[in-house]
Amino acid sequence: MSESDTEERQGDGRVHLSMMVNGALRSLKVEPRMTLLDALREELGLTGPKKSCDRGECGACTVHIEGRRVLSCMTLAVMHEGKQITTIEGLERDGRLHPLQEAFIEHDGFQCGFCTSGQIMSALAMIQEAKAGWPSAATADVTKRFAPADLSEAEIRERMSGNLCRCSCYPNIVDAVVDATRRS
Amino acid sequence: MHPFTYSRAADPAAAIAAHAQDSHLAFIAGGTDLLGLMKDRAALPDRLLDINALPDMARIEVLRDGGVRIGALARMSDVAANEEIRRRFPVIAESLLFAASGQLRNMASMGGNIMQRTRCAYFRDEDDLPCNKRKPGSGCAARHGLNRLHAIFGWSDECVATHPSDVAVALSALDAKVVVRGRNGERSISFTEFHRLPGNTPDRDNVLDRGDLIVAIEVPDRIEGRASHYLKLRDRESYEFALVSAAAAVATNGSRIGSVRLAMGGVAHKPWRLTAAESALRGVSLDDVQALRTAIATSFVDARPLAHNTFKIELAQRVALRAVQIAGARA
Repeated sequence: MSESDTEERQGDGRVHLSMMVNGALRSLKVEPRMTLLDALREELGLTGPKKSCDRGECGACTVHIEGRRVLSCMTLAVMHEGKQITTIEGLERDGRLHPLQEAFIEHDGFQCGFCTSGQIMSALAMIQEAKAGWPSAATADVTKRFAPADLSEAEIRERMSGNLCRCSCYPNIVDAVVDATRRS
Repeated sequence: MHPFTYSRAADPAAAIAAHAQDSHLAFIAGGTDLLGLMKDRAALPDRLLDINALPDMARIEVLRDGGVRIGALARMSDVAANEEIRRRFPVIAESLLFAASGQLRNMASMGGNIMQRTRCAYFRDEDDLPCNKRKPGSGCAARHGLNRLHAIFGWSDECVATHPSDVAVALSALDAKVVVRGRNGERSISFTEFHRLPGNTPDRDNVLDRGDLIVAIEVPDRIEGRASHYLKLRDRESYEFALVSAAAAVATNGSRIGSVRLAMGGVAHKPWRLTAAESALRGVSLDDVQALRTAIATSFVDARPLAHNTFKIELAQRVALRAVQIAGARA
């Protein structure tokens, strides 16, 4: 089979992996069974992405791969050789928070905060999806082009339904996202 | 998760040969179902072969005859956002948008979507409860257990599970084809023939063999396609599997139904085509609710409820009716 198969059978079964994480090239050695989430948290010390359900049901582990929001608990680290990964730690610029992070603070978009990094990473990509004209299950007519101005509260709630909040801060999360969308 | 080895496939022929020879090898694409099964120990492959880099398998293209070919590695979100799909087959876009979450739709491949396994809690349980799908011969804990979410059509005493895919329901209604490359070359499997009823071998979800690789899904051009709708009812409004769902596609003749395609999810081990109702609905006025209702009922004479899901028989007929009405109004 391929070279990587031969390589991983040597030694301790771990494989070399290089990814661009928050703009920096990171090299690590992981077992094939390690999820991207565990690799980010345990190997790279990026504890922003949270491990909650570990089954793709809560969204707390949301990160971006090549700019798209994904669940890092439901994918293997070894599947992302050479990819661009962004975590919540990668949003600030020169010590300044991202406008969406500021909006979450301003609108009290969290209480315990455990889901927050996932909420923010999800919302950021969700706004880009809406700008790209993607419809959602809340869109009345999918045959028409979706305009960013159509991003109503109902649209935001539907598009963010993959991120659960145990403290049920949903109204404030929606307010934060609406505010950030208006400003962007 | 248990330990396993991982490698990347560069060439479909080599991937197919590897899969044919090795019953402990599994293909992985999006991984959103497979990794969940592995975490729950419902799948324990020794080797994973990553097929994401296989060439030309993620494209969505309009065919010369007006149909659409969807590469097996196209992601659910790309298909749902595709303007040709949205215009020609809104039922496909809607069925995808009503499934999973934004994050999962970015990850899950179309081939993997139709390969996903049942959400029956007994099948997924880590404590190895009796499940003929998980461990053949061990029994079916759902048959006399909590079976509110289970089948009302085509089940057997060995298995009462339902198939969880939404888009499979839409594809079944549209008579799509699954294009499979195997050891003896390429073949097309009609969507209605792809998934199986459980019978006494519920461990087999579909008709694929070892060494079979789904390369694409082809949707033929349908006059009914443009006036189509996917209606899904769930225990919560978003990010949940269907209690029951319906895919309806309608071509009208004035205010009457010229032809209709109708399939349901959440009711059987496979997407359930309502062929009797499709015939009975021909010529019925879209304004005559009672006649629509009577025509749909012809597909429910052989419905068999379990202890906790009798409600599905009435609910499914109402969902089918509403889906036909909404699709019809788009014609």
